[in-house]
Amino acid sequence: MDLTEILNCLTFDKHPDLLVGIETSDDAGVYRLTPEIALIQTLDFFTPIVNDPYDFGRIAATNAFSDVYAMGGKPLTAMNIVCFPIKELDKDTLRAILQGGLEVIHKAGAVMVGGHSVEDRELKYGLSVTGIVHPDKILTNAGAKPGDLLILTKPLGTGILSTALKGGKLNEKQTCNLTELMATLNKDAAEVMTDIGVNACTDITGFGLLGHALEIAKASNVSIRIYSDKVPVISDAIEFASMGMIPEGSHLNQKFCRQYLDISPELDPITGDILADAQTSGGLLISVPEEKSKQLLNGLIERKTPAAKVIGEVFSEPKGVIQIR
Amino acid sequence: MGEQVDARGLSCPQPVILTHNKMKVLRKGVFEVLVDTDTSRENISRLAKNEGWEIIDTKKTEDSGYILTLRKE
Repeated sequence: MDLTEILNCLTFDKHPDLLVGIETSDDAGVYRLTPEIALIQTLDFFTPIVNDPYDFGRIAATNAFSDVYAMGGKPLTAMNIVCFPIKELDKDTLRAILQGGLEVIHKAGAVMVGGHSVEDRELKYGLSVTGIVHPDKILTNAGAKPGDLLILTKPLGTGILSTALKGGKLNEKQTCNLTELMATLNKDAAEVMTDIGVNACTDITGFGLLGHALEIAKASNVSIRIYSDKVPVISDAIEFASMGMIPEGSHLNQKFCRQYLDISPELDPITGDILADAQTSGGLLISVPEEKSKQLLNGLIERKTPAAKVIGEVFSEPKGVIQIR
Repeated sequence: MGEQVDARGLSCPQPVILTHNKMKVLRKGVFEVLVDTDTSRENISRLAKNEGWEIIDTKKTEDSGYILTLRKE
């Protein structure tokens, strides 16, 4: 039984101020406090994906903030969530993780207000982040409109590179580049995007570009066309994918998305692996009206986001389908 | 019995690493790889293509794993 099936067994109370709830597969929950302010709440934590505890802390925290940015919000407070094997790892490890997380919280302009830790056999770390957004300016998966262009703000391939890292195949420079990419907040991208005003947004994480684009296609009742040769990819990701360094999640994403894909001409398996690659702390996928796209791209380039590329378009038909060209 | 890599019970990317090591030692010929997930099977097929090995046989085992036979002339 997967999580969707389990959640379907539960009955959730409706509330007039619950603006974004659990039903729409969105990035965070949104609750209206006043006509001008809505609260955004999210939680994300995971097991280490890099060896250095300080870097792991930075990456996990950066990833947790992404959901607030993807909703068009401004983060205010953060709380640590820690599962720690106190008998096996020394306290300096935990201190380094929390230090990495704290630096990201400060970079995001938020404050740390506490947290909770439990003893666990496997180390896990992340944040619960609270932010605010104007209730009329919430960005969800459901706002994409035919004619929009799709812009991606980070290159794909972190799942593949992390697998190669686990296999001892990355050199120091590759490890460092991967770490910095995953520890780059989507703050700049979000600020540019909310200044200009866009139609929809999501952050690319575990479901990969294909999975998250599919969520937009379904929620917005549109078709999404992705131009695979336009998608920014981390250098070396193709090489490592060709060597079979592909995480299980990426294979599962491809399998899940296959029934919703319209592919022409036939997709090279490695391109499929990249498009479905499960990302950690990936970029924002933004659906923007064509007439605003230039301004958005210029703004992203000015703020030096890791990528700023038009990778696709939104069409009215066939609804709920991803076309790959 | 011929050359064999038993990668059952190992998580990604260990099956690929072990298979790659075997390719480097043998350079050519035939060997079998035992895996127990679709992910490992898919990843080894990517590796084989990249390294110029052919998967000449894929047998499904009773425990829903696979025995892959790889060959390079």
